Amino acid sequence: AARMFLRLLSDIQWRAAHPKWRRMTSSQRSTSTTAEPHPISLPAQAQVVICGGGIMGTSVAYHLSKMGWKDIVLLEQGRLAAGTTRFCAGIVSTARPMSIELKMAHYSNKLYQQLEQETGVQTGYMKTGSISLAQTQDRLISLKRIASSLNVMGIPCEIISPKKVLQLHPLINIHDLVGAMYVPEDALVSSANVSLALATAASRNGVQIHERTSVSHVTIQKGRVTGVETDRGRIQCEFFVNCAGQWAYELGHSGEEPVHIPLHACEHFYLLTHPLKEPLSSSLPTVVDPDGRIYIRNWQGGILSGGFEKNPKPLFTEGRNQLEIQNLQEDWDHFGPLLDALLRRMPGLEALQIMQLVNCPESFTPDMRCIMGESPTAQGYFVLAGMNSAGISYGGGAGKYLAEWIVNGYPSENVWPLDLKRFGTLQSSRTFLRHRVMEVMPLMCDLKVPRWDFQTGRQLRTSPLYDRLDAQGARWMEKHGFERVKYFVPPGNDLLDLDHSKTFYKPDWFDIVGSEVKCCKEAVCVIDMSSFTKFEISSTGDEALESLQYLFSNDLDVPVGHVVHTGMLNEKGGYENDCSIARLSKRSFFMISPTDQQVRCWAWLKNRLPNDSNLVMEDVTWKYTALNLIGPRAVDVLSELSYAPMTAEHFPSLFCKEMSVGYANGIRVMSITHTGEPGFVLYIPIEYALHVYNEVMNMGQKYGIRNAGYYALRSLRIEKFFAFWGQDLDAFTTPMECGREFQVKLDKGMQFLGQEALWEQKQNGVYKRFTMFILEDHDTDMDLWPWWGEPIFRNGRYVGKTTSSAYSYTLERHVCLGFVHHFDEKTGEKLVVTTDFINQGEYEIDIAGQRFQAKAKLYPFSSLFTQRRRKDEVELSGYQRE
Amino acid sequence: FYLTPSQVNSILKANEYSFKVPEFDGKNVSSVLGFDSNQLPANAPTEDRRSAATCLQTRGMLLGVFDGHAGCACAQAVSERLFYYIAVSLLPHETLLEIENAVESGRALLPILQWHKHPNDYFSKEASKLYFNSLRTYWQELIDLNSGETTDVREALINAFKRLDNDISLEAQVGDPNSFLNYLVLRVAFSGATACVAHVDGVDLHIANTGDSRAMLGVQEEDGSWSAVNLSYDHNAQNEHEVERVKMEHPKSEEKSLVKQDRLLGLLMPFRAFGDVKFKWSIELQKRVVESGPDQLNDNEYTKFIPPNYHTPPYLTAEPEVIHHKLRPQDKFLVLATDGLWETMHRQDVARIVGEYLAGVHHQQPIAVGGYKVTLGQMHGLLTERRARISSVFEDQNAATHLIRHAVGNNEFGTVDHERLSKMLSLPEELARMYRDDITIIVVQFNSHVIGAYQNEE
Repeated sequence: AARMFLRLLSDIQWRAAHPKWRRMTSSQRSTSTTAEPHPISLPAQAQVVICGGGIMGTSVAYHLSKMGWKDIVLLEQGRLAAGTTRFCAGIVSTARPMSIELKMAHYSNKLYQQLEQETGVQTGYMKTGSISLAQTQDRLISLKRIASSLNVMGIPCEIISPKKVLQLHPLINIHDLVGAMYVPEDALVSSANVSLALATAASRNGVQIHERTSVSHVTIQKGRVTGVETDRGRIQCEFFVNCAGQWAYELGHSGEEPVHIPLHACEHFYLLTHPLKEPLSSSLPTVVDPDGRIYIRNWQGGILSGGFEKNPKPLFTEGRNQLEIQNLQEDWDHFGPLLDALLRRMPGLEALQIMQLVNCPESFTPDMRCIMGESPTAQGYFVLAGMNSAGISYGGGAGKYLAEWIVNGYPSENVWPLDLKRFGTLQSSRTFLRHRVMEVMPLMCDLKVPRWDFQTGRQLRTSPLYDRLDAQGARWMEKHGFERVKYFVPPGNDLLDLDHSKTFYKPDWFDIVGSEVKCCKEAVCVIDMSSFTKFEISSTGDEALESLQYLFSNDLDVPVGHVVHTGMLNEKGGYENDCSIARLSKRSFFMISPTDQQVRCWAWLKNRLPNDSNLVMEDVTWKYTALNLIGPRAVDVLSELSYAPMTAEHFPSLFCKEMSVGYANGIRVMSITHTGEPGFVLYIPIEYALHVYNEVMNMGQKYGIRNAGYYALRSLRIEKFFAFWGQDLDAFTTPMECGREFQVKLDKGMQFLGQEALWEQKQNGVYKRFTMFILEDHDTDMDLWPWWGEPIFRNGRYVGKTTSSAYSYTLERHVCLGFVHHFDEKTGEKLVVTTDFINQGEYEIDIAGQRFQAKAKLYPFSSLFTQRRRKDEVELSGYQRE
Repeated sequence: FYLTPSQVNSILKANEYSFKVPEFDGKNVSSVLGFDSNQLPANAPTEDRRSAATCLQTRGMLLGVFDGHAGCACAQAVSERLFYYIAVSLLPHETLLEIENAVESGRALLPILQWHKHPNDYFSKEASKLYFNSLRTYWQELIDLNSGETTDVREALINAFKRLDNDISLEAQVGDPNSFLNYLVLRVAFSGATACVAHVDGVDLHIANTGDSRAMLGVQEEDGSWSAVNLSYDHNAQNEHEVERVKMEHPKSEEKSLVKQDRLLGLLMPFRAFGDVKFKWSIELQKRVVESGPDQLNDNEYTKFIPPNYHTPPYLTAEPEVIHHKLRPQDKFLVLATDGLWETMHRQDVARIVGEYLAGVHHQQPIAVGGYKVTLGQMHGLLTERRARISSVFEDQNAATHLIRHAVGNNEFGTVDHERLSKMLSLPEELARMYRDDITIIVVQFNSHVIGAYQNEE
């Protein structure tokens, strides 16, 4: 609330002395209203302008200055660390399910620990540890999974019994607990002071900090940031960093060319109490009780306790709103359920006197992950916001990665899950955001089991066949706003409701997907895959071919009608995208890539294709409905519908041809299925979609055709060791590391992106290797199922993590895909991974603390491929991410 | 064994009824927005009755609750007949003439009342002719009496009450050739009923009360809180004035025997009532009527039994006490209820519960800790109570149902306890009466805007 208060002050043009903040303590600062004119005027230009003086802005400034950049200006509309940062509960927690988040939190913790020593600013850092409680067995499983990840990263962490919980924290009622996770190195800080310490260090390194300066908008010319307009004048800049927290969305939309930053604020409440009779020790661990939706930390001898209620109150949907700001009050009735949970967890606190109920808005994002990175439409426009109330945990690491991104062009870790480019304009609807964050905030505490889906903001993008498929029992999941079928519930089988398939064990759709897989293997199935990103690139001359030859690693100078699987690599040879490209004519190409590449890939190509009016790139995603006909009888169905021979002689694998299907002409048929099974994908102009679907289903009857969904597809592709971009492949993985050397044409006669790096790898070997694991002693019915992110052990030593997994109905075993590293036993240094190294190990996969023997394979079972048409190029690609 | 919440709800809602005064031209000109009513029986069958009707030939609305004793016959008859007597008493001379002429010439009669009835609220078909004749005799007398003065509501109410009670008495004395009707009129006369009736016309609210049912006005104070204003006095032993009145009407020698164990003649709780001819007729008349009456009456020990110390009848009257109240904008609602409610709830709580219900939960004042010393435990208790209040509000669409839920289910903290509610509702018939009485409630909601406009006119 203080931030808004300050905003009001700055609205009426109150000015405060710039250097003063350094000498004042934080508690005085927020109430100080000394009004003076700014003694230092804004510089006319800077290399980087950062907007927002919270933990994010100061962390970015700190890390940029550490990396040697000095020409940086940080602007804060109110006072430093006065917004959400000021009211943050100050819990630094590393127990995060996602690896990148875990790394950020771990780094933050280490950074904060030494920050006081480095800067001389007291940060209140206290290593208290944290205890995450489990009231149910499922919760304990999810904690065990996190514990496995923490342990392999060298972060101390143990699963403890309720008795041990009591020893660590005497106030906890343990009667309803089944276990807990203890992370002894988690810490508490004063988040405002951490922010001030970062600002102090940045300032010493030359960063200029200006408080009470509001950015009105960012100017963008020709797709590049040129400067910012503030209430105190204009600053020209090369880079702009939007760290405006809950105002980031508005700031993004303030300019002429909007930058979409999908986040939305919700009220967040926590309680402060007076000290206990016997004041609580400041070293008492923080307690997280996700089943009770609360967290509890010690605070000045008393407690600080907040939580994530089931019925959050979103605010500022229509932008900054004075009425809502004034209404930001304590709401005890709303806090009631959380208070219930608190007193249930710590009944001894009944007599504890209340000090305050703090209402502190937090910003949430559509997928519960923070937003960082560069705008897809404006180069030099960076964003770091939407922390989903984990700002202090991520602050250090997120600031570091973003600084690396600005300085080096990309961070030192794969941050794709957090990349702004995972979103498009479609996630920027206020209605969508308002509804989605109301689901996201409770999800912070909800148990997340494999294959959970968001329930709000659905049915936004759909195939024209949506209703038809839905009526046939389709169960849906969503990717980038697009509804995709998971599987089809057979008629009369309505036992499947949402709750039953939410399990860490064998899900209830097991047999249903099994029968879909069987049908793909023995007859023919149709899967609607319309969500794929589809671009058409064409030119009047050879510009298209030349550009693409540079941007893609495979040789695209193939005969017209051929389809090429190729990586779109960065300079380090890592996958920016993994595509199938069909050469439609000498001068035009049709490119298919994963659904969530729509924004990212567009930006990557836009920034790299020559600015040439002869070269045209068009996003045609919406124009085509894609039907994937998988199975040995697909050829029969299609030839009957087109009166054209479809056999291998006439229509070889990896081939593309426009033909008629039923009455509809101009259907783009490609002989790929993304599964390694025989079949075709039909790219159908949307107005023909229903007709073609009906024709296919009618004709297919005699061949036993049925609908299938993405779960069947996933099982098929994983058992054949197909890597998917976004799941298995990322910008840090090269084709050499995943057995795809055959998709790289190092000698194609011209230079291409990543060529040098790949040459080097070819000569010197790779440091990680994509490997397939077959679980040996795993009981599908009784044991926990693998998901992804499970640690892999070789001869008892940690070598990497899985990236995806599925049950193979053919092998009747679970298959996990993942990367194997070779860490030096003494130094931990990464060594070259050889085929022998892979083959000569005994492997185990750790699923929630339980290890299962696994057989490692570098090549798929050839018996699984029923047909091989083109000898040299087995279809080895696919894109969908679950 | 407990009833499930939905079973509890179906019991509580079985008799609920709501009426919303229709709005004309989008503008509600009535000072009454509408009413909610409900009944929860303890006796089988219930001895309580309720009535609501709009006067069609005069302005105003009539609402009443009737608590029967020694059977339900009297309460039933009063609930069917009293409003006609009141309406007729209020009619101007010309209208009475018009009606009489219509009856005389066999033309269609002007409707006098528009009833607002729950399907369970029945009228006896068999007695309608008899009742009509008595009513017609009454209006004929009124025509003959033509005083020329405009009818005063207070007088009309008193006259109607007294006249109806008189007719009940007479019909029993005269008897009827039809043996069913003959028995009916006797049962009506020998049983009794209290009545609490409201007449609302613009800002004029009249309450006519006979017996121990009660009318209470819900007033919203400036700070938003709710208070209760009594608009009736109970006619029972707790009312000193009433005890005084009874003593005044009888010789000093009877002073000691008049009120015993808080009962009239040691027998009757209410000090005023319809019917109850055992407390009104002379001993001779009672004996004669009972002896000549049907066997069922003769076999009934109660009817044959003459109250002790029965020297100077009548001991009982149906004459109501009438209170007039000018409605103000802060007067938000009126609660009419039989003693079943008032035995279990204080009027102040009734005012608060109904007030908060009608105002909607969002009007619950937010809690602010401010500078107060509040512990987590205290806050927890407070929030739990507020939540219980909200959840029970959401269950009910009817203010009377909501009130009954509280009356039956309230625990010591003043919040609805489902377990208790369930227990109370699952009591077997023979036990139910031990723990609770029949409850009948009408909650009338006023239109503050209309009332404010009336005030400004005046």
